[in-house]
Amino acid sequence: MVTTPVQSWGRVGSWPHHLAPLPHGGGKVLPALEGRTGLAFGMGRSYGDVCLNPEGLLWLTRGMDRLIHWDEAAGRLTCEAGVLLRDIQRLMVPRGWMLPVTPGTQLVTVGGAIANDVHGKNHHRFGSFGDQLISLELLRTNGTRLRCSRDEHRELFLATLGGLGLTGVVLEATLHLRRVEGPWVDAEDLPFKGLDAFFELADASEAGWEHTVAWIDCLSGADVRGIFSRGNMSPEPADAGARGQRRRSMPVTPPVSLVNRLSLKAFNTAYYALGNRRAGRRRVPFEPFFYPLDSIEHWNRMYGPAGFYQYQCVLPRAAGRQGVAELLAEIARAGQGTFLAVQDLWRPATVRPAELSAAGRDAGAGFSGAGRRHARAVRAARPRGDGRGRDAVPGEGRPHAARDVRAGLPRVAVVPGAARPGHRFGVRAQDDGTLTE
Amino acid sequence: MNTQTPQKIAIVGATSAIAEHCARLWMASGGAAELVLIGRDEGRLQALATDLRIRGPGAEVVCVAGDLGSTEGIASLVERACAGRAPDVVLVAHGSLPDQAQCQGDLVQAREALEVNGVSPALFAEAFVARMQQVGGGVLGLIGSVAGDRGRKSNYVYGAAKGLLARYAQGLQHRLVGSAVAVCLIKPGPTDTPMTAALKSRGARLASVEAVAADIVAGMARRRPVIYTPGKWALIMLVIRHLPRFVFNRMDI
Repeated sequence: MVTTPVQSWGRVGSWPHHLAPLPHGGGKVLPALEGRTGLAFGMGRSYGDVCLNPEGLLWLTRGMDRLIHWDEAAGRLTCEAGVLLRDIQRLMVPRGWMLPVTPGTQLVTVGGAIANDVHGKNHHRFGSFGDQLISLELLRTNGTRLRCSRDEHRELFLATLGGLGLTGVVLEATLHLRRVEGPWVDAEDLPFKGLDAFFELADASEAGWEHTVAWIDCLSGADVRGIFSRGNMSPEPADAGARGQRRRSMPVTPPVSLVNRLSLKAFNTAYYALGNRRAGRRRVPFEPFFYPLDSIEHWNRMYGPAGFYQYQCVLPRAAGRQGVAELLAEIARAGQGTFLAVQDLWRPATVRPAELSAAGRDAGAGFSGAGRRHARAVRAARPRGDGRGRDAVPGEGRPHAARDVRAGLPRVAVVPGAARPGHRFGVRAQDDGTLTE
Repeated sequence: MNTQTPQKIAIVGATSAIAEHCARLWMASGGAAELVLIGRDEGRLQALATDLRIRGPGAEVVCVAGDLGSTEGIASLVERACAGRAPDVVLVAHGSLPDQAQCQGDLVQAREALEVNGVSPALFAEAFVARMQQVGGGVLGLIGSVAGDRGRKSNYVYGAAKGLLARYAQGLQHRLVGSAVAVCLIKPGPTDTPMTAALKSRGARLASVEAVAADIVAGMARRRPVIYTPGKWALIMLVIRHLPRFVFNRMDI
């Protein structure tokens, strides 16, 4: 059988895969290949390799993109797992509803958002994608279909949230939407200098602002500068002024990365100056505010043929100040071109990781603990050293699986008897819906 | 199509991916007051209708299931689709991509491929055009294929059926000059749909179905007689059609 090369969003390599598009409803059983594992694949927007399964099967979910039920009174939407978050937003925002939690791109599938339990700039208010998920339907490799929620097949539900597709293929999901008046965000940009100023802004914004995010100029040395952005959904209703984003494209992959020390210095200086100039409050449509990079198709090509790595971790609040300083020092020491360093604020962990650990497991990427700060650092053109250097998570922080290619995370789907042993999660879902180590 | 006045739209082969995405665009633009989904399988039509009703709550969505292959089936489906009034917009989108090698070895399969992709859509077009002429207007889109532009060894059974549609559309267009009914021949290149899943698993580069649907909806609104989508195929097929035979016959396509 012929294989097709597939890349993840980081484009650091391309590996052969057997592709199997899934029909509406997922079909009766998942396509199987003797001796190969399979993994659900949506938009391939994971930076690292969690969405890949080299030499194995990829079950393409993008064709499963139908809406199944919309309960306007309860604000509940049931849809197939291949529906894009963008399609939900564009359909529902004009009607006064919105997904409460979306990541920095809306070009991901509902299934991918569940598998990675994605979060946005409003984590301290709404938590992660899983907090808005009411139930899901899972197709296992033995052909069983299970409806999973916090009440039904609870363990499997929790393991599927952020489970990187290892429990089976999510066929459909029921989500809570939130009410919004219109498509506008009341945003404010505040330039800052120094980490103390940043943490003061972050603390001061926690109560009154739903969305908080900061860009830090990693080349600005010890006295870091950056721009703190915060926003709330505006009470202004929709009008004819609200449009979709204008899309540009990176049409080709340049032979070398356009993100290097030279261009970066110029970019950061210009970006800071621009931020400084438009500092203050403004009313903007939600799409460019939430998903700035979605307006540039294939922006990942900017890093050239070698691709890029992204690194992200969550830090405990108490260790935040020290941890972020250490991260920035490490970035400066490595001298790598770091395009973007972003900080979001995280709220205390939700029920999920606690449940998993209560069940006797360490889920690896479980962001447990109270009140953590979350540093998304480093969209670097190359990894430090061999890419497997010492762990850059200071203190007791945790890295982010969907972004990290260094973690050597498992690429295992639950094909009975075919799952690779010894993967880091140490969790394997059995076909009866229970979990074992 | 005028998006200001919501219209009655009928789609034959409505569960095909290209047709489904056209329907979504018509629903999103508010251009459809009534949508008639025509297909073989009532259950699959209903699942599609559920999705479209959520996308366009203002429009009435009706499913009409029946036999797309027989003359009586086609006549009956068109009659039911025209209940109340004839549609303003019709898209004839059904078809299936046969395996060329199997068709060569099995005349039954070859015949079926010719009928499903050529004869049946042509008869639907004939029947709908008659209804639209009676009410004095409308646009009919007929999905052909770039494969219909020149016979190639890798898929000439499918290509011949689609070529039949090209001639049929041409004849209808000639007949309808001066009338308010327009016929658009749509020629998609290889598109990423379940029909081409086998191509995709072999690594073929396919156009996105969203982009193809957008071209079709826009092209039909402008009543373009021939719609290549993506647009680059107009150029590619211009070259392919005009290659001298001695060059063409050496190509492994």
